[in-house]
Amino acid sequence: MLQDDTRSEVSLRINGVDRTVGVDNRATLLDTLREGLGLTGAKKGCDHGQCGACTVLLDGRRVNSCLQLAVAADGGEVVTIEGVAGLEGGGDLHALQRAFLEHDALQCGYCTPGQICSALGAMAEAERGWPSHVTGDTSAGVAGAASLDAYEVRERMSGNICRCGAYGGIVAAVLEVAEADGGRS
Amino acid sequence: MRPFAYERAEDPAEAAALVAERPDAAFLAGGTNLVDLMKLGVAGPGTLVDVRRLGYDRVEHRDDGGVLIGATVKNSELAGDPGIRRRFPALSRAILAGASGQLRSAATTAGNLLQRTRCVYFQDVTKPCNKREPGSGCPAIGGSHRDLAVLGTSDHCVATYPGDMAVALAALDALVHVRGLDGEARALPLEDLYVLPGDTPHRETVLERGDLITGVELPAAPAGAAMHYRKVRDRWSYAFALVSVAAVLRTAGDGTIDEVRLALGGVAPRPWRARTAESELIGKLPTPENVQAAMGAELAGARPLPDNAFKLDLATDLVGAVLRDLTEPEEDR
Repeated sequence: MLQDDTRSEVSLRINGVDRTVGVDNRATLLDTLREGLGLTGAKKGCDHGQCGACTVLLDGRRVNSCLQLAVAADGGEVVTIEGVAGLEGGGDLHALQRAFLEHDALQCGYCTPGQICSALGAMAEAERGWPSHVTGDTSAGVAGAASLDAYEVRERMSGNICRCGAYGGIVAAVLEVAEADGGRS
Repeated sequence: MRPFAYERAEDPAEAAALVAERPDAAFLAGGTNLVDLMKLGVAGPGTLVDVRRLGYDRVEHRDDGGVLIGATVKNSELAGDPGIRRRFPALSRAILAGASGQLRSAATTAGNLLQRTRCVYFQDVTKPCNKREPGSGCPAIGGSHRDLAVLGTSDHCVATYPGDMAVALAALDALVHVRGLDGEARALPLEDLYVLPGDTPHRETVLERGDLITGVELPAAPAGAAMHYRKVRDRWSYAFALVSVAAVLRTAGDGTIDEVRLALGGVAPRPWRARTAESELIGKLPTPENVQAAMGAELAGARPLPDNAFKLDLATDLVGAVLRDLTEPEEDR
């Protein structure tokens, strides 16, 4: 039957908790998190994958949750801003969240959950040695997140827009955490 | 968005059969372009057949220096692959010049090849567009066409192929592996995947219903050759190309060009292999005068429009710059 064809049951592990939810196949992961599961940390900015406010980690990779269909993410593991503090063992805030506060890396805060999830993804990419567009030697790549400079951080974070213009603080916060221990805590 | 059924294919035969039996079905991989087009109402498949778990997710380097890149390898994984970075650095550079970190970690090899033009009229269902709605007209020709094509266009469509990765693949003589509905495997040169708009701009590739791209094969890069990719865009990061150039170059001891492959992005409805310019440059030094003459021949058939004619000079300059990058050490420039 067509009605049944267009809906699905989706199981996701979100911030360490198994959740099952019925979705219209049209529902994005973002809308499912926000409307279906009450996790409103990931934000809807452009809804077209251009602003980065909806960034979450899906199976360890940063993605625009507005362009992921929830049904296609079935079985996946999701970390949203609500689960970021838990990544380092359940403190009040993750080191990157503290760094954002210390460096005044936000004004209105709407883009911040996406900025933080994106930066975690970017640091993990750098830990794998992956180069960016501005890395001088593509073959050699980079020596971990600790080796990134401001130029690299700006390029790697270009998928996250901050309309308040807090970029200076964002770059400083990401650099501080990346330099500390490659961003693992 | 139109309601749709979702099927996760477990093997290629099932994927092909699901698409074949439903005329309005489409394959889903990373979804970064397709889901967006569905939101915009440009695409409205009745069924999505998810092909991400068919096992086409590996980068297999061969002893002969070639590589087979799986269709569903993520763009970020491909750009980061140590073997790709070492053997085909221009491919890594091209991928890293495109989109954002988030998009690259979802988008796939085959999905990147099949991404649609970002022509504003194509993406706006309230406007005519011969590609989206055959026969409705092309407002871009008399309207906003600064970002659009100057080569290979027709009176019906001036859309540009927007990608970066495929431009590098064109310069690397890539073969696209396709599995037909009947299970038959075939391989075609990347350039032959795309068709020029002519009077049927809605038809963009030679793929038939049920055809599934399974991977992209690169032959070994020519021994002793260097390669590079450069992109000119309106912003420093996260923007589509105005013009991009991928080049593979080998010079003789006296500096003359032994072998050169040039592909242009941002200027045509497909990655544009500049074969006329290539043959003009063989045996010559990559001087500004020789590049000017070679690109003059390449662009002789161009059909620039008032707001994108700048791309002709830009393409010539960028080819010259890339060849200079490949032949002169940075400190001598």
